[in-house]
Amino acid sequence: MNGVRRLATAHLAVAVTAFGIAAAMALMQALSRANLDLPWRSPKMYYLSVTAHGVMMALIFTTFFIMGLGLVLTTSALGRRVSHPRLAWASFWAAFGGTIAALWAILWGKATVLYTFYPPLKAHPAFYLGLTLVVVGSWIWSWVVIATYRAWKKEHPETPVPLAVHGTLATIIVWLIATVGVAAEMLFQLIPWSLGIKETVDPLLARMLFWYFGHPLVYFWLLPAYVVWYTLLPKAAGGKLFSDPLARMVFAVFIILSTPVGFHHQFMDPGISSGWKALHTLNTFWILFPSLVTAFTVLASLEIAGRARGAEGLFDWLGKLPWGDPFVASVLLSMVLFAIGGFSGAVNAAFDMNAVVHNTAWVQGHFHLTVGSAVALTFMGVAYWLVPKLVNRELELALLAKVQPYLWFIGMVLFAIANHATGLMGMPRRIYDPSYMGHPAAEQWKALTGVSALGGLFLFTSAAFFLLVMLGTVLAGRPNNDDTVSFAEPLEGPPLRKSIFDRFGLWVVIAVALVAIAYAYPLAHHLSMQRFGSPGFRPF
Amino acid sequence: MKVHLYERIWMIAAAAVIAIFLGTIAVGTLAQGSQPPSHVETIDPKAVWTDPRFANRGVEELPDGAVRVTGIAMMFAFQPGEIRVPAGKKVTFRLTSADVVHGFQIVGTNANAMVVPGYVTQFSTVFDRPGEYLIVCNEYCGLGHHMMMGRLVVEAGQ
Repeated sequence: MNGVRRLATAHLAVAVTAFGIAAAMALMQALSRANLDLPWRSPKMYYLSVTAHGVMMALIFTTFFIMGLGLVLTTSALGRRVSHPRLAWASFWAAFGGTIAALWAILWGKATVLYTFYPPLKAHPAFYLGLTLVVVGSWIWSWVVIATYRAWKKEHPETPVPLAVHGTLATIIVWLIATVGVAAEMLFQLIPWSLGIKETVDPLLARMLFWYFGHPLVYFWLLPAYVVWYTLLPKAAGGKLFSDPLARMVFAVFIILSTPVGFHHQFMDPGISSGWKALHTLNTFWILFPSLVTAFTVLASLEIAGRARGAEGLFDWLGKLPWGDPFVASVLLSMVLFAIGGFSGAVNAAFDMNAVVHNTAWVQGHFHLTVGSAVALTFMGVAYWLVPKLVNRELELALLAKVQPYLWFIGMVLFAIANHATGLMGMPRRIYDPSYMGHPAAEQWKALTGVSALGGLFLFTSAAFFLLVMLGTVLAGRPNNDDTVSFAEPLEGPPLRKSIFDRFGLWVVIAVALVAIAYAYPLAHHLSMQRFGSPGFRPF
Repeated sequence: MKVHLYERIWMIAAAAVIAIFLGTIAVGTLAQGSQPPSHVETIDPKAVWTDPRFANRGVEELPDGAVRVTGIAMMFAFQPGEIRVPAGKKVTFRLTSADVVHGFQIVGTNANAMVVPGYVTQFSTVFDRPGEYLIVCNEYCGLGHHMMMGRLVVEAGQ
């Protein structure tokens, strides 16, 4: 593990704790939506818990997990220690301090602005400063990983970088390009405004900058999951990676297409012209392509695994996969859920259909299948595999770990189907009470919000099992010194020469050019318009 | 770069599926004139109540027979709260916000828009089915968000 054990353990500890807080918040929301008469139920608690759930799950759990996993993958695949370990710790503490500040603001009711924090809803400065510090921490982490890679590259100028590091670097590039948007929003708009230095803020400019960041953010979550699917899953399932070069192509395509797509979150916004929204639509659809390629490569790799385990028929390799292994089962089920979520995403991206589902429960149905399953369930699987190596113990409560991914799957199917359906029926997302004074349209949603709450109960049970297994492993797992991290071998053997997909500089240049095409003119035009700022509001 | 034959076929098929998806959008855009909703117009959010463009809130019949609805979204109500429009006619909504970002969604139709302070939202639609519809705010706007609602009545033509 090359000296990153403590560092990675610290990151995963924060990630798992954030996951636990977020899961508790989620249970309350699901029950509230079903209109169950709970004693502590109030609008204030509900919207506070939505904010805490979103921030802790989508921003803190993911970022810390990705930073910890990235350090393990990079040092293991390159076979060297991390460059600048002190800086790596500095990045952890910066992000951790920021997390505490933001969490304080949220839990004390000073930042009930949801994780999208659209102004002119105005949170306490600690919320904005805290989240900015998390991003700064992630930038330092990015620099540490890149420095480690460059030190390796100096010694191996002709060797293609191992695929796990290729994917990690792609993740970092996507993140660095994306965070420019949210950093600009924070530094030029929200922080000075919340501190009282600026009187007003332009809410639409803030939305443009947020979604410049907000869509590539989902690839920042997803790409590490893809790294796991390509480089760890085939090995754990007993197979080989079907195609190494195509995996590199997939990561390269994500580098160039992740960012110039943000307006598809703003189809219904005023102030942005149709033509630019249409251009972003075009880009959005092509970003389905690398995921479709991933589906083939990963399934082919799994078929190799199934056949190595003795399968002979057309499909029996599926049954031969180790479905009882918590890591493998988590990842396999996350992929099934992601396949459904991908298609509801294609609906979101088509602006005509988007008008029907925009800001309805459909949207939360969609992203609980993507980030809430493809990413979160994969990460839980990774934790079953990685945490024992980090703490030198065996996985404890293994039975709970075996059951947990299936509970998540059942819960998510119930939750997602119910929310997609109520969304199509017009139920808005993020509402405390869906009864609308007994309006007949709202009456139709009732049975399905109950199904969604049932899904929430399964998901919470699953999350609780996960936390128990983590706690049990750390505290009471039997000692075990196996800490080897090994990667799947490509079917054709490791690549001997670099390909065009290893030329990160080239892909960064194309990515920046596409971002400039997609955003330079709309932003310049926007800034040149006569605009009026908004003062802040705290209706919470 | 060596790519397995099946994977080559799969990649071509995947690209074809995406092209078909985009093709359906192109058909809608070119043949039916559908495009992403958009309207670029700004307004001072601190002065919406006195701005002449939003002085007459409610439903107006225009000389060409079309119908215009002017409204303001605010915490936690729509102004006006009830809108009556004729069925089968083009209805153009003009909306803005007096405070934070709101949503304007007429449940059971494709009328769905963001209302952002400082900007005027404008879109047109046709309601074919007479009846009473629920209008909801679908963007979180504070602790009364779930109570922010309105009523649209679509009246059958003469």
